[in-house]
Parts: sequence; structure tokens; C-alpha cells
Amino acid sequence: MDSLQLLGWSAVALFALGLLGVIVRRNVLVMLMCMELMLNAVNLSLVVFAQRGDPAAASVLVFLVFVVAAAEIAIAIPIVLLLVRHKRSLDLGSYSDLRG
Amino acid sequence: MIDQFLLYAFLASALAGAVLMLVLRHPMRVALALVGTMLSLAGVYAMLGAHAVAVFQVLIYVGAVMVFMVYVIMLLDVRDDSLASRFTWMLAPGIAGFVILVAILGAGIWKGLEPFVPGKAYGVKPFAIAFLNDYWVHFELVSVLPVAAVVAALAVLQLGRRPRG
Repeated sequence: MDSLQLLGWSAVALFALGLLGVIVRRNVLVMLMCMELMLNAVNLSLVVFAQRGDPAAASVLVFLVFVVAAAEIAIAIPIVLLLVRHKRSLDLGSYSDLRG
Repeated sequence: MIDQFLLYAFLASALAGAVLMLVLRHPMRVALALVGTMLSLAGVYAMLGAHAVAVFQVLIYVGAVMVFMVYVIMLLDVRDDSLASRFTWMLAPGIAGFVILVAILGAGIWKGLEPFVPGKAYGVKPFAIAFLNDYWVHFELVSVLPVAAVVAALAVLQLGRRPRG
């Protein structure tokens, strides 16, 4: 296996671990952190593929992903704060009355 | 040789941190595992020659986003059911899917690894020149996003406040 191929597969594994965390964990803050892990895996794949392409475009794209991640956290944390204020819980099961 | 060793050591550390994130119970420990993963990924980026990305990874992710996350974990400190039972019923199918992925990855490594050739270094200076000459429109467009996020956060907090009077 080529070492860049290994890095690409590792990015897939990191993304899968993040997705697994979002699916299986019950704590809302842990789910948010697993989403950050998924974004990190995407960044890793961008940097790895840039080894065979244009490093400037990849770096700019990674920078834009950073901005998206910061904006995501800035919105998600107030929503979590609001939910905790209503329910006094970070457990996902206690938000089941949000189901439509 | 040392390049190859460091690259794979950082990569293994990142994967180990990601696995720890799934296993650990308290959100603060999960956050510290995520910080470890991000620092290891910054090492991987540096080994690949993407120095600008490595610097931003440490400054923005570890320095800003994770500090914010740790602050919120310390602020809330809620003790509820998610501490006692960590996982939902999706645990078994999720792990089954992940084992298949790891088997594919392991089979590739088992066949042997070719030697790692370090990429051409891409530092902060060429990044800054390319960023502000060729990609300034993207930068200006995406700078709207944090502003919108701040306004939305303020609106959400206003929503949660009880009406006065």
C-alpha cells in the first residue's frame, strides 16, 4: 500500500469513528465533539490529496473548513445551552419530545 | 526513515485518540482526547509539508474551538443518565460496520507499505500570497458566515431569555 493511500484510508477511519460517535453516544456535547472529528478527517483527506495536486487550493479549502467549524460551534453551543436550561440534562433521550 | 516513523506515530496517535473519544465516559476526558487527536493531526500535516495548515490547526482548532468546548463542559457540568449509560442501541451495528472498515485497512497494511516520500513544503508565506491574491473573494464571502453565526447565537440566547415585566 502506498503511504498516501494509507493516509487516505486513515482519514476514512477517522471519519467513520466520528460518525460512530455521533450515532452511539448519548451525551450531546460528546456528539458535537465527534462532529468536529469528522471535519478533521475531511481536512486530513484534503491535505493528503493535495500531495498529488494543487497545495494552494487545498490549504485555502482547509482554511474555509476551519471557518465553517468555528461557525458551527458558535451556533451549536448556544442551542445546547438552551436545551440544558429547559431540560436540565445533556442526555439525548430526554429530548425525545422534540420528535415530530 | 525518521520522517516515516514520525508520520506513522502521529497517525497512530490520532487514531488512538479518536477511539478513546468513543470509549471515555466523562465529556471533559473526551475533549482532552479530541485535543490530543487534533495535535497529532497537526503533526501529520507538518510531516506532509502543509505547514500553514498545521499552524492553523493548532491555533484555530485547539486554541479557539476546543477551549470554547472545554469552557462549556465546565460551565454545564450536568450529571445525568448519559454518564451512567454511555451508548445508544446503535452500538452493535455501528461497531460491526467499523470492524469491516478496519479489516479493509488492515488487509492493505498487511500486504506491505511502500516507503514514504515527504511532500514539498508549503509554508505560511506562499499560502498567504495565494490566499490574498487569488482567493480573496472566497475569503470575503466566507467571512459573512462567522458574522451570521454570531447574530444567530445572540438570537438563540434572546429566545431562551424569559420576557421581562
